[in-house]
Amino acid sequence: MHSFGYRANALLTFAVTILAFMCAIASLSDNLNSPSPSAEIQILNINWFQKQTHGNDEVSLTMNISADLQSLFTWNTKQLFIFVAAEYETPSNALNQVSVWDAIIPSKEHAKFWIHTSNKYRFVDQGNNLRGKEFNLTLHWHVMPKTGKMFADKLVMPGYRLPKEYR
Amino acid sequence: KCQNHKPKQSLGFTYASPFKKTEAKTEIRTETETEMGLNINPIKSTKIRQSLEQLVLLGIIVTTALMIWQGLIYVTGCESPVVVVLSGSMEPGFQRGDILFLHMSKHPIRAGEIIVFNVEGGDIPIVHRVIEVHELQDTRVADVLTKGDNNDVDDRILYAHGQDWLQQSHIMGRAVGFLPYVGWVTILMTEKPIIKYVLVSLLGLLIITSKD
Repeated sequence: MHSFGYRANALLTFAVTILAFMCAIASLSDNLNSPSPSAEIQILNINWFQKQTHGNDEVSLTMNISADLQSLFTWNTKQLFIFVAAEYETPSNALNQVSVWDAIIPSKEHAKFWIHTSNKYRFVDQGNNLRGKEFNLTLHWHVMPKTGKMFADKLVMPGYRLPKEYR
Repeated sequence: KCQNHKPKQSLGFTYASPFKKTEAKTEIRTETETEMGLNINPIKSTKIRQSLEQLVLLGIIVTTALMIWQGLIYVTGCESPVVVVLSGSMEPGFQRGDILFLHMSKHPIRAGEIIVFNVEGGDIPIVHRVIEVHELQDTRVADVLTKGDNNDVDDRILYAHGQDWLQQSHIMGRAVGFLPYVGWVTILMTEKPIIKYVLVSLLGLLIITSKD
């Protein structure tokens, strides 16, 4: 009952249990945080708007994205993955979500930012429904913890509209 | 002055001490059997009994582990409720060797979720993020496009030939939680299977040779 094997086994089991418990507590502490993020997106220019050879509409746009996401960071946050998605409805699709830009925010200091950028990913529709289309730009953020539960939320900014004609 | 006698003990006999609570099973049995005049060899039958007990214990441990695993599969709704991150395509968020906890709920897939999917004809599940969703009216059937955070291009090159989108049938679950580093054990055991055999035989040996 007091051999090295037993002691090593007991010690290891105890250590693993304590570690698992600590990870769970760290994750639970994230619930204490009540964040108050803010963001604003301005579309500066529609660079071009064409029907592509594969038959689908495509848009290229330049945006100003500014946000303050510092309140989302806790001591258990490893990084924040944020992305901007254009969300709209078409006659065939009840919901379309197309990510046009994303970024990884590694720390609280980087969480308050302003960026002038064109869309990182191609904004392509399933079809030709984008002329004159009204859409939302939604800023989503996914909190990736050091350990434990991941959670996500978003800020919907409605009221953007694409031009009525191709250009 | 009251002197405390420790009763003498040997394999076959115990000077009866009503105050001593612990007595080896072997010794009681021997005592009663010799008192009853039976001529059973006590040592041999005890050894058989002990090995049978060890076997049953081993069986209990294995089936308990199996029950817990199957229970997890039922609760999370995924075939494999825990997966190990094998590649660096989701860095810096998920490193190789981290484990992810999966859950599959009836909620529709939305952009930004981290999903685990199998490509048709592929056997290794891939863990990437959804970047596009196109959901049909009425039927709510959705086309999904994914991309690893650390990759420059989307996953279309990974999909089967001619396949542009993922469907619900390809998706095994959503990642809802994660633990760092724990998955390295699995990676080592997969890449060097000899470690797996050594570990399992060590475990079996430990259980069989343990005295309780």
